[in-house]
Amino acid sequence: MSTLSQVSIDKITADLLPKKFGKPGIIWTTVLVMLSIGGLIGYYRQLQNGLGVTGMRDYASWGIYISNFVFFVAISLVGSLITAIFRLTNVSWRTPLTRISEIIAVSAIMFAGLIIIVDMGRPERFTNLFLLGRLQSPIIWDVIVITTYLTLSILFLYFPLLPDLQIMIKHSKAGSINQKIYKFFGSFWKGTAEQFRLSENAIKIISIMIIPVALAIHTVTSWLFATTYRPGWDSTNFGAYFVSGAFLVGAGGVAVAMYVFRKAYNLQEYITEKHFNYMGKIVVMLAFLYLYFNINEYLVPAFKMKKAEEHHLMGLFTGEFSYLFWSAILVGMIIPIAVLLFPSGRKPLPMFVMGIFVVVGAWFKRFLIVTPTLLSPFLPISNSPESYAHYNPTWEEWSITVGTLAGALLIITMFVRLFPIIPIHETIEEHAKAHKL
Amino acid sequence: MTPNNQNDTPGSNQVPRREFLKGILFAGVAAGCSSKDPFTAAANQEQIQASGEMVQLLSTTGEIIEVDKAFLKTTEQIPSLSKTAERLGIAGKKFVMIIDLSRCRNLKKCQESCNHAHFVSEAQNWIKVYSMQDAEHTAPYWQPTTCMHCDEPPCVKVCPVDATFKRQDGIVGIDADRCIGCRFCMAACPYSSRVFNWDKPMLPPEVLAMQYSSETSCPPKIGTVSKCDFCPDMVRKGELPHCVSACPNGVFYFGDMNEDVVTNGSETMRFSELIRDRSGYRLMEDLGTKPSVYYLPPVDRLFPFEEGLKNNEASKS
Repeated sequence: MSTLSQVSIDKITADLLPKKFGKPGIIWTTVLVMLSIGGLIGYYRQLQNGLGVTGMRDYASWGIYISNFVFFVAISLVGSLITAIFRLTNVSWRTPLTRISEIIAVSAIMFAGLIIIVDMGRPERFTNLFLLGRLQSPIIWDVIVITTYLTLSILFLYFPLLPDLQIMIKHSKAGSINQKIYKFFGSFWKGTAEQFRLSENAIKIISIMIIPVALAIHTVTSWLFATTYRPGWDSTNFGAYFVSGAFLVGAGGVAVAMYVFRKAYNLQEYITEKHFNYMGKIVVMLAFLYLYFNINEYLVPAFKMKKAEEHHLMGLFTGEFSYLFWSAILVGMIIPIAVLLFPSGRKPLPMFVMGIFVVVGAWFKRFLIVTPTLLSPFLPISNSPESYAHYNPTWEEWSITVGTLAGALLIITMFVRLFPIIPIHETIEEHAKAHKL
Repeated sequence: MTPNNQNDTPGSNQVPRREFLKGILFAGVAAGCSSKDPFTAAANQEQIQASGEMVQLLSTTGEIIEVDKAFLKTTEQIPSLSKTAERLGIAGKKFVMIIDLSRCRNLKKCQESCNHAHFVSEAQNWIKVYSMQDAEHTAPYWQPTTCMHCDEPPCVKVCPVDATFKRQDGIVGIDADRCIGCRFCMAACPYSSRVFNWDKPMLPPEVLAMQYSSETSCPPKIGTVSKCDFCPDMVRKGELPHCVSACPNGVFYFGDMNEDVVTNGSETMRFSELIRDRSGYRLMEDLGTKPSVYYLPPVDRLFPFEEGLKNNEASKS
């Protein structure tokens, strides 16, 4: 660190310290708070009247809550991709992206857990999962791996934050609430060589442990579907299909977050065009991978067109869900591939737009995985009202779903307000290393 | 009447009401839904004087016991069972059903009586009567479905809290006091036989007051899954499931595979002979779920298929 002048250390610290929200920040936060409150109102209605307030019925017995759950689990995988996999493979440009991806992972997996409780008909019996849980049910596997992943992800966010907390304590107003928070989380950190060694080791162990756990959360989530007989779900491909889609939506989410933080906090020097270029290449690769699994999932059954599959597949290709299906394929995969294959497409702004495309496409893709299958039962839908044959989410459902998405963004926003979104300590270290060379 | 008999005093309403909440007095009203033990609580209510006249009874353990005649009360209800007993089921039995498709004309009397007995919500049915046609040029037929009570039940496999379970008598039951409402079992069931109580069930107060039993599936509870339970409460009373006795055409045969006997109320047959002679089969055999419900193919039909269409229109209006 001696080769790096005090001036540049101060500059990096000053650049990366969390800042008070400007007007856009306040408007953004207010909107998120209002949407979250809307979600709470919807949930209050649901608690009062039961799941009858949703558009779900006996055939479409899972709806946007479950597809939103799959979406949250999917996007949370990015934490392990950028932080752990890049770390183990020595991807040198990952530093400014690690904390972004880790906080996305933590908030997403928290809301994945919440939305599952929202989907339960008897949320007050949630503890039955622990008191009466049976290991043979994939739901219990999901409970186990998701809590494990949440724990590891929080630690993975926390340990690298410790040296930064020391900096934050130094730079925050004495006695302020913020400083109290920093002190609560990090006053024990003195930055001794022994502490660094312990922390380094812990991070190394977690980055190895978290990869199988991350693969497990989404594989097990795919098994919630693949362990049934239903057309569209009864697939041995489902684990890999879900994991590849998860990496794609996570990378897209990071691209969006990179652009927003860069703009909001003037981080052009830290999140550079190089980062967008590299992330763009990764998104293209993942989009191709996901497209490959989609071809497997849809074209192979379509080639055979078994009777049970026919209603489901034709509903997607040309029927009730065809607009949504082809839009999700186009917006979520084909267009991002077409744009990001070209160097000019991997500039910040197009990357931001393509990131949004990927994320939105991915959300609707999850809907298309859950609902059309349920509306294609083995025995034809009959002896029930016409409305049972379709699924139209109600405003309560939408407000809860949007509320959870807003809530996840709110957690990220509050985190950014309190903590440096780009690791200060690591950035200084890297600059020092670069100067030595 | 002794002064202790409070039923005669005006201020005594409270006690009967409390007992009423326990589901004693009105237990008989809810046909098909037996409830709490009628012997003890009601007996305690009255101060009964011994008459001195003794009667001999055969106890459940096979002993002859003597009881004063005054202590005997007639009841239509059998005592309630513990949760454990309900989950275990009836020892030595293996309940099966045979549905004779050649006799069904979509009258839906089975559905009606089932819905009525179990307080199934409007728009939902435990029994569905499908209009089936396997291919363009094959003959259409009516196919009633109940829960298949599979021997390899996919619903039981996926339930995270053991709320749906397989009993030793072959019945797949649901404990609505335990169900968390995740609906994984509904996704897992290939026969679409499960329904969910999306809204608060509209129930008469006497049904609401009943103690829940997985053998009657009553009273249905909001936020939980329910389905055809094979009416083990009726079996314990020595009666047939509601659908079986409601069908005027004898479509449903119910019985015990261990005894190799099934009956539709008017005809009693050997299960194995009926399956052998009439080429019985099960639905979706290829899935490996091993249903307890068998079907007899729609050959030599009692009614033309078209007759059932009239009933479809009638039930719509």
